[in-house]
Amino acid sequence: MSSPDVLHGAELHGEELHEVRLIVNGAARMARVPARRLLSDCIRHDLRLTGTHVGCEHGVCGACTILLDGAPVRSCLLLAVSADGADITTVEGLAEPDGTLSPVQQAFSECHGLQCGFCTPGFLTTITAGLLAVPNPDDEQAREMIGGNLCRCTGYQNILASVHRAAEITRDRASRGAGQEAAATPAGPP
Amino acid sequence: MKPRPLGYARPQSLSAALAALAAPDLETKVLAGGQSLVPLMSLRLAAPDLLVDINRLTELSYVAVADGQVRVGALARHADVLASEAAAAAQPLLRKALRFVAHPAIRNRGTTVGSIVHADPAGEMPSVLALLAGTVVVASTAGQRSIPASEFFLGPLESAVQPGELATEVQFPVLAGRAAGTGFTEVSRRRGDYAVCGVAAMAWLGADGRVGGAKAAYLSVAPSPVVLDLTEAVATRPADAVSFPAAASLVRARLEPDSDIHATAGYRRQLAGVLTERALVEALAQAREAVEA
Amino acid sequence: MSSLFGSRVQRVEDDRLIRGRGAYLDDLGADALAAAFVRSPLAHARITDIDVSRALEVPGLVAIYTHQDLPTRLAEPLPLLIPHPALTHGRTPYALANGEVNHVGEAVVMVVAADRYLAEDAADLVDVSYEPLPAVVGLDAARAAVHLVHDDVPGNRAANAAQEHGDTAAAIASAPHVLELDLEIERSASTPLEGRGVLAQWDEQQRRLVVWTSTQTSTGVRAAVAAKLGLDLTQVDVITPDVGGGFGVKIVHPWPEEVLVPWAAQVLGKPVKFTEDRREHFIASAHERGQQHHVTVGYDDEGRILGLDVRFWHDNGAYVPYGLIVPIVTSTQLLGPYKPAAYRVEFDSLYTNTVLVTPYRGAGRPQGCFVMERTMDAIAAALCLDRTLVRERNFIQPGEMPYDQGLIFQDGRPLIYDSGDYPAMLSKIKDMIGWDKFGSLRDAAAAEGRRIGIGLACYVEGTGVGPYEGGHVMVETSGKVKVATGLTSQGQGHQTMLAQLVADELGVPITDVEVVTGDTRRFGYAVGTFASRTAVMSGSAVTLAARKAKDKALRVAADALEVSPADLEITGGMVQVKGDPDSGISLGTVAVLSNPLRYAFDDAAKAATQFAGGDMSKPPVAPDDEPGIEGRAYFSPVRSTFAGGMHAAIVETDPDTAEVTILRYCVVHDCGKLINPLIVEGQIHGGVAQGVGGALYERIAYDEAGQLVNASFMDFLMPYVSEVPREIEIDHLETPSPLNPLGVKGAGEAGVIPGSAVLAAAVEDAEAIPIRSMPLSPSDLFELRRADR
Repeated sequence: MSSPDVLHGAELHGEELHEVRLIVNGAARMARVPARRLLSDCIRHDLRLTGTHVGCEHGVCGACTILLDGAPVRSCLLLAVSADGADITTVEGLAEPDGTLSPVQQAFSECHGLQCGFCTPGFLTTITAGLLAVPNPDDEQAREMIGGNLCRCTGYQNILASVHRAAEITRDRASRGAGQEAAATPAGPP
Repeated sequence: MKPRPLGYARPQSLSAALAALAAPDLETKVLAGGQSLVPLMSLRLAAPDLLVDINRLTELSYVAVADGQVRVGALARHADVLASEAAAAAQPLLRKALRFVAHPAIRNRGTTVGSIVHADPAGEMPSVLALLAGTVVVASTAGQRSIPASEFFLGPLESAVQPGELATEVQFPVLAGRAAGTGFTEVSRRRGDYAVCGVAAMAWLGADGRVGGAKAAYLSVAPSPVVLDLTEAVATRPADAVSFPAAASLVRARLEPDSDIHATAGYRRQLAGVLTERALVEALAQAREAVEA
Repeated sequence: MSSLFGSRVQRVEDDRLIRGRGAYLDDLGADALAAAFVRSPLAHARITDIDVSRALEVPGLVAIYTHQDLPTRLAEPLPLLIPHPALTHGRTPYALANGEVNHVGEAVVMVVAADRYLAEDAADLVDVSYEPLPAVVGLDAARAAVHLVHDDVPGNRAANAAQEHGDTAAAIASAPHVLELDLEIERSASTPLEGRGVLAQWDEQQRRLVVWTSTQTSTGVRAAVAAKLGLDLTQVDVITPDVGGGFGVKIVHPWPEEVLVPWAAQVLGKPVKFTEDRREHFIASAHERGQQHHVTVGYDDEGRILGLDVRFWHDNGAYVPYGLIVPIVTSTQLLGPYKPAAYRVEFDSLYTNTVLVTPYRGAGRPQGCFVMERTMDAIAAALCLDRTLVRERNFIQPGEMPYDQGLIFQDGRPLIYDSGDYPAMLSKIKDMIGWDKFGSLRDAAAAEGRRIGIGLACYVEGTGVGPYEGGHVMVETSGKVKVATGLTSQGQGHQTMLAQLVADELGVPITDVEVVTGDTRRFGYAVGTFASRTAVMSGSAVTLAARKAKDKALRVAADALEVSPADLEITGGMVQVKGDPDSGISLGTVAVLSNPLRYAFDDAAKAATQFAGGDMSKPPVAPDDEPGIEGRAYFSPVRSTFAGGMHAAIVETDPDTAEVTILRYCVVHDCGKLINPLIVEGQIHGGVAQGVGGALYERIAYDEAGQLVNASFMDFLMPYVSEVPREIEIDHLETPSPLNPLGVKGAGEAGVIPGSAVLAAAVEDAEAIPIRSMPLSPSDLFELRRADR
């Protein structure tokens, strides 16, 4: 593990600092933060990943939702110290290494699933995990999947469409991938 | 909204946790799921001197069925209890109620034991515990004690857990007897909100296949969960009845809910009656299914 | 190349945002100091003492300021933005309270520290002593005026204003039928997901201030900040970052924080940032909607309105920085698509010890629509006529356009509707919802013990309000097209919409067009984003600017190609002789040629240098010309353009729990020509969700002491997906506006305007109980049922 990403300035301010080590979007990260530092603030300001947004700081709006060991949680309701050792995915970690948008991201763009974009990262992480659990959601399941996130702009109609489109894109990509594998397989025994 | 400065301990064992909680002259608080505590700290309505984070006590994350109880450890997340097939089979009411607890992201982190200790009268799990007459196991440096549900809820957000104590387990009695069933229903303003009124019900059949008896626990109608024995109002009714007006009347007469910005007392009372009937129908349907199976 | 106008173009904004690369206010200023505020815990009180001694001990504290520390201009009240002759007793807040507080949440002390955590620690330790005063809460208390919010404002009346056309009293007196109604809409709020925020940086060397703020008006903030800090306009840049929603609350300016944070940055010589938290947003930003109306209407046997008298009371909160816009909009837009023979409207705008009231999407129209539509329904009920028939009989007919309502609108200009076809709209919405077949649906439901009802509501919305907007279009030598307009974006897809217009005008791929909004460095003359005006105002201005740029490009290219400009077209970024692609030169090359150079900065630039050719008998730049391919234009219409729409809904009410479920929700919408239907529909979806929220869920709840009881998302009930209609069916009608070159009308607020009206109508239809007050919760409906028995 390399040297700390951040030597927290609060060290000057009389509060004990704790070392927090996280895997964030596949990369080992470390921060030294006071115990009261919310995980949302740690991600945004100590790790400088500002894609995760803070809408309410009381766990209701879901804009701060990240994946902790794969499960959607509200980062504003976690202390960074308590998350020490966790494997975290934020919106910045959803696209592929070569920059290709994930199926959920692509779906949002195609379906006009975002307007101001502030709630969007919370929806993207939530739906990414949701589709892993329920890959082919029906209407009810799609509603259930996004039921805990607030959006003030879209009225949710296009976000629901994005869920279904994302499932479709995932299936398409999987079958294209399978097709490529099949094509690469030798035709048969000589 | 940021928390006040706080001391922090993250013990690796239960005994270390208990020792930390027992720290003299310090206000200590347990951090498990944090879904209720952290927002209170952010609003600066809670400001413990020492936060004892028990998230490393993974040995407490069990959901087990043993000795006629569904035993839920302090670190079991709502999502874990919800997902447990064993728990659902042994006590169907758990899954029925947990579906109404907040939203998945909250359930992924919040603990069932934590929500019971939080003792919010609008919470689902305190009422479930009260209905089932379950038990909370509490540990401290002085030892361990078991608190029955009837003595556990002292008032809104006030439980019998004393400073320095840690609730390590909650026990929900399994659904005993083949001829019994459970139901849970609530009305909230938005899906996933705290209930305006909610009912957890258990009903059983008599030897004659008619309703033998029933009881119900109520959310959001009093400072702590209220359990009502409905037997006198439902006994000998047909088990497939679609309405239970006598039960609804009894409930409306007995409860004295408050008004707030979301609902009047009169409306809560109305809901208590209506939802009682619905929960009874659900419970009896399950009881009949169990008998036919 | 086919036209992008009218196409469902995917948004250019999205890629950045979905990757988490948005730059909202709190994402900026990583090293800035943090500001926090001590805010009044009381609704009305005198400040008797401020003791900061305990706060001074907090490590990381940098500064604490009270009103006494402020220089003269900052110590004066914040500006009254929109004066009006009727606003005789306008009061605005001080940036920091000056001896008195008038609502819970009012800023008293500013704290600056190393970070927000520490700033809040210090703020906690500031001891402010208050002498409580009686709090005036709610319209009844304001009107009764037993206590006053401001000592020098008798009756708590900021303003009394009336407008009339015709002789209403006489019309009502001689009408065959008269009805009276009392109606009420309670307070709600914009509550965008991102709160307010401001970051400021002062450069002592350059003596320049840069301010980033989550605002709907960059130029408004710049002017106000410059005025308050005694700076020249050219010393101040205001940059609007990505904004996480506004819905009106961010048009107010300057917020106290918007002048205090820049001042602190100046004084401290370090960047300072303020990011509002959610509780602050509830108690220190703005609310809207609270009004009480008394209607007296005289009508004939056909249901035609002969005289309509509306008397209403508007709760404007503790201060009126935004003047009387909301009640003026209510009083004028209440008329909707109708033409009552006589109309009189009078309102009192009253102070209460609550958060200030400024526009929230709809800006007074939802209240007006609710009042008018309930009145129409009441007339229909009284005459036993179909509700759509009564409306039809009162419509302004298409042949009567332009129609002068005989009133002055919120822009100070005559209320004259430019175009609209209300009968056609009604026909569409009736078809869509199945109005005429509903009776049998209702009977079938009743047979199953289910209760359903149908409602309909019409509205007209004045959009594209002036004074003006401007646009700048420039073609770079690379061929990229840079566009700027001064108003701002909060998620409406402005960059996409404007890029579509420019791409079409200039004949370039949309991917070559980059649009910047809300940055005073790029465009310094603007008004702001409100009143659904962007497509009309900036759309037109940018289009006109693009045309100028195109004309210039064709002239320069014509010179270079030695043809006439009329022979040329631009397609795919290439300027070519019409129908001859091989003849083309790129727009980028044209840009090079348009700027006579002494120095070639790259290979392509050589073509424009002194020895490269050209007409030696003429000066390199003609007397009436400029270098470069640029266009700058302004659009300033003579008055607003009037969009309109009709919503219809079918609801089911639970006989036992009184819960209301929306079974169907239909929208017919006329915003003139549609530039991007995807974006327009998105706006309608969002508006409908807010309309449903406002009708059934959202209510700002103050107790008698002026404490905001539900200052969180837990108890202020913004809808999740489970609360909005499963499907929002939308159909469009296009009656182009003759008032702008694009024929467009605004679309931003339409979805929310008739929400309370249509749902009240549907519930009333289901329950046969008059619904006169919104929002309506199941508990409210239960109590209405009880009272009705």
